[in-house]
Amino acid sequence: MTKSEVGSQKPDVTLEAGGQKPEGRTCLSAIGLFKTFGTGAQARPVLRDVSLSVERGEFVCIVGAMGTGKTTLLNMLAGIVRPDTGVVEIDGQPVVDIPAGAAFVFQNYSLLPWFSALENVRLAIQAASPTQSKAQQRERAVQALEQVGLGNAIHRRPSHLSGGMRQRVALARALATEPDILFLDEPFGALDALTRETLQGELARLCRRDDQPVTTVMVTNNVEEAILLADRIVPVLSGPPATLGTPIPVTLPRPRTVAHLAHDEQASIFRAHVIATLTSALGRRKPVSTIGGALHATAALEAGK
Amino acid sequence: MSKRLMHLSLPLLGIGLALACWWAASSRIPDLPSPVRTWQESRLYILEPLTKRGEMDQGIGLLAYYSLVRVAQGFLLGIAIGTPLGFLLGVSPMLTRTFDPLIQILRPISPLAWLPLGLILFQKSEPAALFAIAVCSMWPTVLNTMSGVRAIPQDYWNVAKVLRLSPLTTFTKIIIPATLPYMFTGYRLSLGIAWLVIVASEMLTGTPGVGGFLWQEYNSLIYAHILLAIVTIGLIGFVLDRLMGAVEMRLRTA
Repeated sequence: MTKSEVGSQKPDVTLEAGGQKPEGRTCLSAIGLFKTFGTGAQARPVLRDVSLSVERGEFVCIVGAMGTGKTTLLNMLAGIVRPDTGVVEIDGQPVVDIPAGAAFVFQNYSLLPWFSALENVRLAIQAASPTQSKAQQRERAVQALEQVGLGNAIHRRPSHLSGGMRQRVALARALATEPDILFLDEPFGALDALTRETLQGELARLCRRDDQPVTTVMVTNNVEEAILLADRIVPVLSGPPATLGTPIPVTLPRPRTVAHLAHDEQASIFRAHVIATLTSALGRRKPVSTIGGALHATAALEAGK
Repeated sequence: MSKRLMHLSLPLLGIGLALACWWAASSRIPDLPSPVRTWQESRLYILEPLTKRGEMDQGIGLLAYYSLVRVAQGFLLGIAIGTPLGFLLGVSPMLTRTFDPLIQILRPISPLAWLPLGLILFQKSEPAALFAIAVCSMWPTVLNTMSGVRAIPQDYWNVAKVLRLSPLTTFTKIIIPATLPYMFTGYRLSLGIAWLVIVASEMLTGTPGVGGFLWQEYNSLIYAHILLAIVTIGLIGFVLDRLMGAVEMRLRTA
């Protein structure tokens, strides 16, 4: 199935004037991704026939157990890792390298320890808009840090920041360049429960500014987190090699809060559904046949719309 | 005994034992001056460290200064060549494969072997000495810088990738800062070797400095001054190592 076919099956959305990004159109699509690490006897197939599409402005969570290849999938979508076969396209352009306008947040923050928070963020802005004056770059970096609530810690180095604050800096660094698409790799995995909850709220706020929601693909092993944040959940079924399950649209109204979802009946139905999908795959060790895999992927694409 | 006192007294005890051995040896070997005689004959050089009485007949401070300048020049030349070389070898496995055997062969060659080659190449003793110091001292810098670049965590390379940093920016903002502690470990070791080489090169070329002084006083049969030179060389080497170690520590904790 090509990207244009996927696009044509969507209801047309009238584009607003003034350079507003078109809503409800495929922004990112991946078709038939395979990835194997190692060669010969050491060959370890990680992902098999993975297809996925993400609409503009959509928040998609890729959910699965640890070590199932979620990060590899995300790295392939973002162009950090090349798939063995298959195509990733962003806005119809095949992804061969990290595309301009994409931002990435890593689980372990990946801040540069020899720079202050401000310098870490400014480096991203400098790389994205090299023609801007230093003063402008600095001002944008300060604004980005203020947005994540670090206005008075801009000169601290990462070693003098808590885990939560470091991830805030990483978020600021990613969002400061006003990315078209945001990739998050278990961004809150290393944080304690309370910090995690706060930052989830912040992320929902930062990615969902009413005028222009940022297209976001997030990897997580936390089902609650996925239900809280996602428009659509894509389950990764354990392999090896891993495959994708049928995407589950999360139709809960926004804004969502952890406290609210804990007692919400509809949320618990989603939770049960996601967990059932993930655990049903755990007993399955034999890979499905290629045709079956293709059908499955097609079904995943169909259901994803 | 308090810990502080132990820290001070134990090294002093060690030095005292060494002096005792020296004294015992000197009482049996007539040519070896005792510590006391060494002090008496060296007093002039130590108490007037900056007086110049002749080409080699100078205060120990001046002699050390000449040697330090020579070491500084050779050392700077060595790291100026060694650091970029280390970076190149660090980023390119192919270059490593090409040059690693060569480095392993050149590395153990003694300064005494390089010096005559330097004299042939440059015809004069001063550039030959610098050549010998540079070529002997650069290897720890090359190898440490190389392993420093290799040790850069994948995280930082990923940052460079996702921020789409240019090669130059990646180099100045990521590779250099990440490698700096390793580089300085290399510099410290290189400086130690450069200081070792100075004596050999001054002895062979007869240029003024601590090593040249040592050789001249041996030829003049003033053995106390040999011991003076040896102690001076040791003390200066110790101070240099401590200074570089302090810089290195600062970079490691930064």
